[in-house]
Amino acid sequence: MTFVEKFTLIFSNAKYLDSMLTGLRMTLAISVGAAALGLVLGTIVALVGLASSKNPLVKIPKLICAVYVTVIRGTPMALQLFIMAFVVFAIRGFPLVVTAIIAFGINSGAYVSENIRGGILSVDVGQTEAGRSLGLSAGTTLWYIVIPQAIKNVIPSIGNELIALIKETSIVSMIGMYDLTAAAKNLGSGQNLANYLAPMTAAALFYLAIVYLLTFVIKIIEGRLRQSDRR
Amino acid sequence: MIDVKNLSKSFGDHLVLDDISEHISPGEKVVVIGPSGSGKSTFLRCLNLLETPTKGTITFEGTVITDPKVKIDQVRQQMGMVFQHFNLFPNMTIRKNITLAPVRTGLMKQDEADEVAAQLLQRVDLSDKAEAYPAQLSGGQKQRIAIVRALAMKPKVMLFDEPTSALDPEMVGEVLDVMKELAQEGMTMVVVTHEMGFAREVGSRVLFMDGGHILEQNEPRAFFDHPQHPRTQLFLSKVL
Repeated sequence: MTFVEKFTLIFSNAKYLDSMLTGLRMTLAISVGAAALGLVLGTIVALVGLASSKNPLVKIPKLICAVYVTVIRGTPMALQLFIMAFVVFAIRGFPLVVTAIIAFGINSGAYVSENIRGGILSVDVGQTEAGRSLGLSAGTTLWYIVIPQAIKNVIPSIGNELIALIKETSIVSMIGMYDLTAAAKNLGSGQNLANYLAPMTAAALFYLAIVYLLTFVIKIIEGRLRQSDRR
Repeated sequence: MIDVKNLSKSFGDHLVLDDISEHISPGEKVVVIGPSGSGKSTFLRCLNLLETPTKGTITFEGTVITDPKVKIDQVRQQMGMVFQHFNLFPNMTIRKNITLAPVRTGLMKQDEADEVAAQLLQRVDLSDKAEAYPAQLSGGQKQRIAIVRALAMKPKVMLFDEPTSALDPEMVGEVLDVMKELAQEGMTMVVVTHEMGFAREVGSRVLFMDGGHILEQNEPRAFFDHPQHPRTQLFLSKVL
């Protein structure tokens, strides 16, 4: 069989195609779940990090957030995944997909929080001063004036982070999960196609398609947010 | 109206305001001049607590606003401020820039605020810009909007922090005209500026600051014609 024949077989053979799609669904489930968790965590951590250090109530949460970002960004993702799977959630019957979502979500949150923090800090302090001088509270000023401007600054880097996240989920086969990459590897083995090039190429196309779609969506969102910049 | 007692402000080791006491009465137009770094902007920003004083008290309409227990947002709603760099909100239309604060502080309903915004825009001749964004306006237009944005809160006093310093020279006039009109209507104003013509024409009192002190103050004619302090004389000889 030539490469082209094997490649088309992946899409025409029901068993092979099903195998790939099962992997794809797992990749998407982990990506979407982790992205959602990461965005929520990242936003909370960023806001805590920016809270006034004069307030004694936020001192300890601030410290926790700082340690979280440092530890997560300073250790390998694979190691964090192992710790989650073999230590924290080493419970019989605990669904691996949840473990993976939590591990990747926590990891992504650390990066997202830094992006959001940077985005908020990049909004001119004069904006906050203008809001506060009008008698608006700190919260109202943040919500209506600063955050809408910060989101615009942050969308490109959040998009980057989401793309990196999707591709990084490919390491879940290391804890025995069946994602898109694992599916490709399985299809390439001797019991199936006995050829790695065709399934790997197919998997690559799937990843490319997802990332391309995401890039497209981000472009649209960016365009909408830039409306007020037109002259 | 505003009473400042023994106000000091330092940034780290740097003492910017050194034991200033001053009183501003209703209807006064106080113009603050002085070289850059003299502390005049910091003095103004202390009045609505954008800068927290290191020492001293500020009383506004009988309320000691430097008391940490005072709800500063409610005080600031009665004190308008105009900045050197306009600080319009770029993510909102001009109408929204003006109505945001009155609506969000509960002073007006949206339709009332829209009505007020329309009147204010007419007053500064910018009615056609209601649905435009700040990026589409010239500097002079932005500053006129910034002034009416503050006025929409119906403040009792207006603070101006070098409102014409970031403008192209040809746009200074249109902003000063709006301020003059406001002065004629009896608004209490504190204006930090380098526009000596404005100080002479509109000011009811001129303060000269240097090194964190108010070195000299007088009504404008006497101040400009017969400055007493040698530092004031030197400053005026350079700028006039």
